[in-house]
Amino acid sequence: MSTLAALLRRDLARLLPGMRGGGSLLPLLFFLAVAMLYPFAIGPNPTLLAATGGGVIWVAALLAAILPLDRLLASDVEAGFFDQWALRGVSEELLVAVRMVAHWLSFGPFIMLAALPASALVGIDGDKLRTVELGLLAGTPGLAAIGVIIASVTVALKGGGAALSGLLLIPLAVPLLVFGAGSLSTGGEGGLALTGAISLLLVAIAPFAGGAAIRAAREG
Amino acid sequence: MEACRITARDLACRRGDRVLFAGLSLDLAGGEACQVVAPNGMGKSSLIRIIAGLLRPFAGSVERHGMAGLLDERPALDEHQPLGAALDFWHRLDPQSAPLDQLGLADLTDVPVRYLSTGQRKRAALARLIGQQAPIWLLDEPLNGLDTRGVAMVEDLVAGHVAAGGLALIASHQPFALPDLRRLDLATYTR
Repeated sequence: MSTLAALLRRDLARLLPGMRGGGSLLPLLFFLAVAMLYPFAIGPNPTLLAATGGGVIWVAALLAAILPLDRLLASDVEAGFFDQWALRGVSEELLVAVRMVAHWLSFGPFIMLAALPASALVGIDGDKLRTVELGLLAGTPGLAAIGVIIASVTVALKGGGAALSGLLLIPLAVPLLVFGAGSLSTGGEGGLALTGAISLLLVAIAPFAGGAAIRAAREG
Repeated sequence: MEACRITARDLACRRGDRVLFAGLSLDLAGGEACQVVAPNGMGKSSLIRIIAGLLRPFAGSVERHGMAGLLDERPALDEHQPLGAALDFWHRLDPQSAPLDQLGLADLTDVPVRYLSTGQRKRAALARLIGQQAPIWLLDEPLNGLDTRGVAMVEDLVAGHVAAGGLALIASHQPFALPDLRRLDLATYTR
């Protein structure tokens, strides 16, 4: 138990925005910048903005979730942390699960907060805002899971992982975006439920996929 | 210290297309120390990682009784953290806090790890290793970057560890002064 607390504390200190030596505010600012610039690109048509704004918020959330991927795991593997944890009998699955929780905490709640001004900028309010927020609550854990899966698969590719990350992201993220953003137009409550289901599935798979990938990277 | 033993049978190691060594057997019990010697690139580090269970041998098997501590070129300390805080993280996982005075690190606890010199990093990694209280010490080039006093300190630490019933496997191309140190020359296991 104390091991778990120590790991989570360290991960949060490294990932949470504003912590010393920790993560940056860049993903959050990036998310807000997209929502701010989108109306300028589309033009001042309220109907069009409200109809497409939800999808843009989802894409912006996805991109904000993968911005910190390059330092999510690779730096700890290079610095020998994972080897030291392995010698102490801490399983890679547990480490990846803790990292996934910390990663979600470092962007999920902030994105949900930032979605309030972002929704106002693209003219989403009322029930639709509620659907956006619930969708993000259901979907961002899945985005965090996709993040740690991609980070662990590309962990051994020193510097060359960015291109592969992008390619891996597309198929993994499609279901979340289809149902998450779809809940705003045609999906409704069912869309939210499916977003949550896919999210849970990804969260359940991620520790095992990530743990296996990190162990495989040792052999390289 | 709890009983510990390493038994390796017919180990072979392959990196890429090259078999680095084959047919290596090794039996070490508590209170014994062994130095692995070989020129660069012959598989000293790979042997250490195989014994640690971090690398699968190409052939053969390893049995390890007791927890292993690994010291290699990577100190596994957070670069941006002050040394004290970086070691505190390991202290939360490990049974004992590191003896900073003994390692000459007491004045450096406020210095971020990224400002430490190679030798100071090595001392910090030793502090982490001692705090782990593992009966098996796997040391990969433990003397790299250390001054003469540091070398003597490591030799004393290993001697004390072995005298207390611990086991040490040392991969180093530098001479390592230790009474009853066994030697394992990897060159005799190459093909």
